[in-house]
Amino acid sequence: MTAAPERIDVLDEAREQVLERGVGLSEAQVLQVLELPDDRIPELLALAHEVRERWCGPEVEVEGIVSLKTGGCPEDCHFCSQSGQFPSPVRSAWLDIPGLVRAARQTRETGATEFCIVAAVRGPDKRLLSQVRDGIKAIREDGNDIQIACSLGMLTQEQVDELVAMGVHRYNHNLETARSHFPNVVTTHSWEERWDTLRMIRDAGMEVCCGGIIGMGETLAQRAEFAVQLAELEPDEVPLNFLIPNPGTPYENYPVVEGAEALRTVGAFRLALPRTILRFAGGRELTFGDLGAKQGMLGGINAIIVGNYLTNLGRPAQQDLDMLEELSMPIKALSQTL
Amino acid sequence: MNPVMTYCSFCGKEEADGDHAFCRQRLSMIDPPRYCSECARRMVVQVTPDGWTARCSRHGEITSAR
Ligand code: SF4
Ligand SMILES: [Zn+2]
Ligand SMILES: [Zn+2]
Repeated sequence: MTAAPERIDVLDEAREQVLERGVGLSEAQVLQVLELPDDRIPELLALAHEVRERWCGPEVEVEGIVSLKTGGCPEDCHFCSQSGQFPSPVRSAWLDIPGLVRAARQTRETGATEFCIVAAVRGPDKRLLSQVRDGIKAIREDGNDIQIACSLGMLTQEQVDELVAMGVHRYNHNLETARSHFPNVVTTHSWEERWDTLRMIRDAGMEVCCGGIIGMGETLAQRAEFAVQLAELEPDEVPLNFLIPNPGTPYENYPVVEGAEALRTVGAFRLALPRTILRFAGGRELTFGDLGAKQGMLGGINAIIVGNYLTNLGRPAQQDLDMLEELSMPIKALSQTL
Repeated sequence: MNPVMTYCSFCGKEEADGDHAFCRQRLSMIDPPRYCSECARRMVVQVTPDGWTARCSRHGEITSAR
């Protein structure tokens, strides 16, 4: 009688492959992780945390973000309360330069090293780019040395070059979800168009920040697909959002991602992306509450957005800073990022 | 005198009409007000890292600052 070949456990594999050798999990392996039973989540998170410490170090990168131009976007991303195509209560608003300078100052005062200027647009026009240029100049004149990132939608090569010239060091452009699921989420532009912008950013020497949103009706297999597609891009940072079902959007009645599932996702993404800055972004308050945020920080996350988001509110920055102190996690300093 | 109508600043419906427990929960966690509580107009809302301002074209501005 021959015994059935013993199936190798995916976490054992990950220990050797990801922790020891720094090689991210394959799509099939990520899927196995996403299918682990609840009772193995602590083991998964412990391993993901070890991977993060080994390949990224102990520091946590803190970032603040602000919406320079809110609402009225012509695109139809189904999760987004800022799309002008849905009956969302979010109205258009522009932040003025003094407001932007104040937001950057508030962010720097938390100890954050990153400040991301965001606009709800398909891509920037001349007016927006000149507002960004003036804004960055004013932030510097305020004596603020925080690193500036932007998220202004799809770019042309010329716009990429302009942003580099302005001193923007990182650009955020999310692929949002797996390529195979993207057409269900957005119909006004393609995943490939987003990918093209990301390549241009990378080639111009800016850091690439690219993540997405979990809980938009994707299957677990598509979540695994998304993780390896991100790994293929080799982004410097991956912001991980959990869907906030916002009124008026097509996803307003979608369920909030449940905590255990979200933690499995955090662990799995870390094992797919051992060297990436993996950032807790929007939706963590609804999905996790306070306890889960800690578990995530001990499960592979090494960056957070503090304070409020673009149209939603976060918990007070101080609460997150206290949490990092309690976890004895040092905040990355500007000198370490230069 | 007309009675003062108050509206839910999350969903914009009358406070007296229906259950707003979910709205209140969202407002206490992750949402700034979106509708003016006096007239239910949609407000222009600016969220910043440590607060928000919301402006009704008729009833003026409110902010998170206490
Ligand atoms: S492009 Fe950005 S702002 Fe516009 S609808 Fe999509 S996610 Fe929202
Ligand atoms: Zn309500
Ligand atoms: Zn009003």
